[in-house]
Amino acid sequence: MFKNLLKRKSSREIAKDRLKILLISDRVNCSQEMMEMIKNDIAKVISKYMKIDTKSMEIQITQTSGKGHGIKNPTLYANIPILDLKQ
Amino acid sequence: MSEVIVVTSGKGGVGKTTTSANVGTGLAAMGKKVILIDTDIGLRNLDVVMGLENRIVYNLVDVVEGNCRIKQAIIRDKRYPTLFLLPSAQTKDKSAVNPSQMVRMISHLRDQFDYIILDCPAGIEQGFQNAIAGADRALVVTTPEVSAIRDADRIIGLLEANEIHRIDLIINRIRQDMIRRGDMMSSEDVVDILSLPLIGRVPDDENVVIATNQGEPLVGSNTLAGKAYQNICYRVMGEEVPFMDFDRNVSFWTKVTGIFHKG
Repeated sequence: MFKNLLKRKSSREIAKDRLKILLISDRVNCSQEMMEMIKNDIAKVISKYMKIDTKSMEIQITQTSGKGHGIKNPTLYANIPILDLKQ
Repeated sequence: MSEVIVVTSGKGGVGKTTTSANVGTGLAAMGKKVILIDTDIGLRNLDVVMGLENRIVYNLVDVVEGNCRIKQAIIRDKRYPTLFLLPSAQTKDKSAVNPSQMVRMISHLRDQFDYIILDCPAGIEQGFQNAIAGADRALVVTTPEVSAIRDADRIIGLLEANEIHRIDLIINRIRQDMIRRGDMMSSEDVVDILSLPLIGRVPDDENVVIATNQGEPLVGSNTLAGKAYQNICYRVMGEEVPFMDFDRNVSFWTKVTGIFHKG
C-alpha cells in the first residue's frame, strides 16, 4: 500500500502524459479508421508466424523519450499479446 | 511601423477578449495608437469588456457592406485618447464577411494605427479565417488544461499553414496553489508541450471578473493580473521583462509542504 502511495501520479503528470500522446496523433492527422486498418494489417502479418490475441492488441502513436533534449520523434507503439508461439 | 496582431485560442472561454482588451488598453496607455477589432460576428463581447457598449452606432459588417465609412464605425475609448474600437455585428452571422474583405479593410487602417488588434472568435471556421487573414503575428491564449492546450496546438498548426510564423503564447488562469500541489500543469509544462515562445503568464485573479463587471480593463492596476498584462504589453513592444513570481506572497511553510506534494 505504501508503495502504491509513493508511485501515485499527480494529476499534473497525468495531464501531461495524456496531452503528449493526444497531440502526436492530432498532428500526424491519423484518423481512427486508418489506425484500425494499420492494426488489422499488422495482425494479419504477425498471424502468419504465431498465434496472437487480436482482440486485446492495441496500437498507438506516442513520443519517444530521450535522444537528446527537445527532440520529439513520433513512434508507433504496438502491444500484441501472443497466445501461442508455435503455429 | 504598424503591426497587426490576432488574439486567438481555438477553445472558447480561455480569455481571448480579456487579453485583447487589456493588451490594447495597455499599449494605448503607453501612448501607442491602437485599434481593437472584434471579429466575433453574432457574439460580440469586446464592447462590453471595454465598457463601450452604449456608444455603438455602426459595426464591422456595416463597414464591409459599405453602409457607412470606416470612420463612422470606429468608437473612441473613454479613458485613452489613442485607443479605438471597431465593434462587431450582433445580428449577422460569420458568413457576412470574408477574408479578402478583412485584408482590404486592415490595409486601409495600417497607416493610421501603431497596433491593430483582432479579437478572434472561438473555433476554426470562417470567423477564425477572417480574423487571421490580415494578421502579421499572433498571440495564442491557453489555460493549463488538457482541452485548451489541445485546441491551442491545432490553432498553431493552422496559423503556420496560413503563413503566420510569429506566434507567441499566453498562459492564462494559472493557479500557483494547484501547481504547488501537483494538480495543475506549470507554464514550463505547457511551453514544453506547445514549444512556442512564452510572452505572458497571467494568474487566475478574481480582479479580472470585477474589472469585466465594471467594463474597465485592469492592465497596469496594482493587481497580479493587471501587472501580468502590463508585462505582456512591454514584451509585445519588444522589451525584455522578467516573468513575475506568483510565489512571492506565499509563506515559507506553504512552500515547504509544497515540496512534499510535488512527488
